[in-house]
Amino acid sequence: MSKMEWGPGMPSEEPQKEKDERHAIAVLVDNEPGVLARVIGLFSGRGYNIDSLTVTEVSHEANESRITIVTHGSPAIIEQIKSQLGRLVPVHAVTDLTIKGDPIERELALVKVAGKGEKRVESLRLAEAFRAQVVDATTDHFVFEITGRTSKIENFINLMKPLGLVEVARTGAAAIARGPEPM
Amino acid sequence: MARAMTGAEIVLQALADQGVEVIFGYPGGAVLPLYDEIFKQTGIKHILVRHEQGAVHAAEGYARSSGKVGVVLVTSGPGATNAVTGLTDALMDSIPLVCITGQVSTALIGSDAFQECDTVGITRPCTKHNYLVKDVNDLARIMHEAFYVAQNGRPGPVLVDIPKDVQFAKGTYAGPSKIVHKTYRPQVKGSAQAIRDAVDLMASAKKPIFYTGGGVINSGRNASKLLRELADLTGFPVTSTLMGLGAFPASSTQWLGMLGMHGTYEANLAMHDCDVMICVGARFDDRITGRLNAFSPGSKKIHIDIDPSSISKNVRADIPIIGDCGYVLEEMVRVWRARAPQVDKRALKAWWAQIGTWRERDCLKYKNRDDVIMPQYAIQRLYELTKNRDTYITTEVGQHQMWAAQFYKFEEPNRLMTSGGLGTMGYGLPAAVGVQVAHPESLVIDIAGESSVMMTMQEMSTAAQYDLPIKIFILNNEYMGMVRQWQELLHGGRYSHSYAEALPDFVKLAEAYHGVGLRADKPDELDDLIVQMIETPKPVIFDCRVSKLANCFPMIPSGEAHNNMIMGDEMAGEDISFEVSDAGKVMV
Repeated sequence: MSKMEWGPGMPSEEPQKEKDERHAIAVLVDNEPGVLARVIGLFSGRGYNIDSLTVTEVSHEANESRITIVTHGSPAIIEQIKSQLGRLVPVHAVTDLTIKGDPIERELALVKVAGKGEKRVESLRLAEAFRAQVVDATTDHFVFEITGRTSKIENFINLMKPLGLVEVARTGAAAIARGPEPM
Repeated sequence: MARAMTGAEIVLQALADQGVEVIFGYPGGAVLPLYDEIFKQTGIKHILVRHEQGAVHAAEGYARSSGKVGVVLVTSGPGATNAVTGLTDALMDSIPLVCITGQVSTALIGSDAFQECDTVGITRPCTKHNYLVKDVNDLARIMHEAFYVAQNGRPGPVLVDIPKDVQFAKGTYAGPSKIVHKTYRPQVKGSAQAIRDAVDLMASAKKPIFYTGGGVINSGRNASKLLRELADLTGFPVTSTLMGLGAFPASSTQWLGMLGMHGTYEANLAMHDCDVMICVGARFDDRITGRLNAFSPGSKKIHIDIDPSSISKNVRADIPIIGDCGYVLEEMVRVWRARAPQVDKRALKAWWAQIGTWRERDCLKYKNRDDVIMPQYAIQRLYELTKNRDTYITTEVGQHQMWAAQFYKFEEPNRLMTSGGLGTMGYGLPAAVGVQVAHPESLVIDIAGESSVMMTMQEMSTAAQYDLPIKIFILNNEYMGMVRQWQELLHGGRYSHSYAEALPDFVKLAEAYHGVGLRADKPDELDDLIVQMIETPKPVIFDCRVSKLANCFPMIPSGEAHNNMIMGDEMAGEDISFEVSDAGKVMV
């Protein structure tokens, strides 16, 4: 590493040598206007990564939304991300699901595949193996609905590429910790 | 106590119920209903500034010198955008403010209406929190919440954007009650275990140092008192950031002076060599640490901060204590007294002896002259002639600011108002206006540079309007001195646009603003003129003509470590460019 990359203003040198880790973080927020902009602005303003982000209201009565952020960074950066999220005024709670243990992560994807003949048959066969549902079809195409971990969805999409993959719509990961306790 | 009122009445009632005495503001179309309410009442004084940036800096000066929340009122669009610099400044330096902005009517929002801007969008990253009030029935709650958020936890600016139709609409008012905020409940008490661990570590220290910051001042006067008590109990040396000056008395034998880029030799070397660092309400800013991977390599670090995101952000803390400085210091004093630990007296004696040899280096020494005023000398004289008075100092940003920090000795907290984090040129004059409003009988001096002060000079008009006898003490070298110093350091002495070719006649300028102008050219006339300035019961601009090419030392060049400082007496004053590494050149 050249000397140019060292120096004040950089978040920290030591953690840069540490391996990047992938973390799923759950953030419970008041469902008020601008709250998502606050979270996203925090990530862009401070140069953190967003691998995926999902948000929707989870309690209508309590007016609360849950944001699931999948991010990566050194352990020090992950700690910073959590502290920075925690000090946003409308944030109720921040939980690092990855630290709590292997969390359950699910993502939904809609995968459009067009083709005929052997490729079409192969795509259907793979979809069955992956437990993907056919939600739309003509003689020229399928739209598959698949849920699972991000890695499973990526595997499936990669397999569809040579079989006539047209486009993909993905939700990003929702995640929850194992066991009876809340976040 | 719920009553029906208009939105504008609700705002004024909420301000009154929050104990607000002064608002700094500037009217405009979208705040006319609010200004109409101000007209109808007498309890709250409104200070009309000349530019919205000035309003925010004045509110900062008011807040920082009084410990109260500063309140700003500006209109929509340009009123709000002009306030952005001040809001960012207050965010960086943790100053509690509530800024009320007018907004176009709710029906017009998003239509690119006249004087419309996305105020909450623009100010989201430069406020601690902000609100757009769409329903008048939310207004009272939001106003009280804004004051709560501004003051609690790490203080900061909170903005409330109120559309004009909401100011006219009728709604219910409820007074402030004890707020249990739904989500925002900062941790005030530090962990008892962490505090005990910290005391144990401190007791075992051989080369300890207190590194304190603006958090001690923000925590209230009691925190400064407790810091003094803990320093007295332990006998440890104390240094501080720019923002923390005054929390610990500069006259104390335990005081090492300010640390950091332009800090003292003894403070920086003690930070570098210490074995236990007790950081109280400071945030390991890059001006403080120098090169991070060479920052205090051998020390265990205790970090007390109310903001968890400040801890281990730049420098890893060995014992993090999340809590209010005042509370944690009180606990530390209590635990220290209860345990009465056996400190390593021999080691501490050797540490103080080492510090003594660093002090002998006399790092702030400069070559005084009798033909031209040295800027350091000017501040020393200003200090000597004002130290026995009830004096508040504000500064602009640049060389004069660092000289003020080095040569003006602060004994009490809340006496220095300066833009530390953002480094806002033009802060000092409007801040002085705010300080003088809070302390009408005190002597308020803006130690300024001629370039900075031009940025907000219009606020002299505010000072004149309200008979605020602020003193603008300009160290006039006709250069943007710190820019010139860096151009010498990094850019071969090519003074690209750092010289002001056509400065105004500051004496005449003062007179044009209904104030008094004074000019000093020679060292022997300085004292008399400073006394004349102090005794003038009007705003004064003091044009102190100083040595044009003086540089500010000691200096840790950017990208360097604490133990690699440039010392003033080693520099011929000409070629200092060899000192900076390539890595350092990319730093600010």
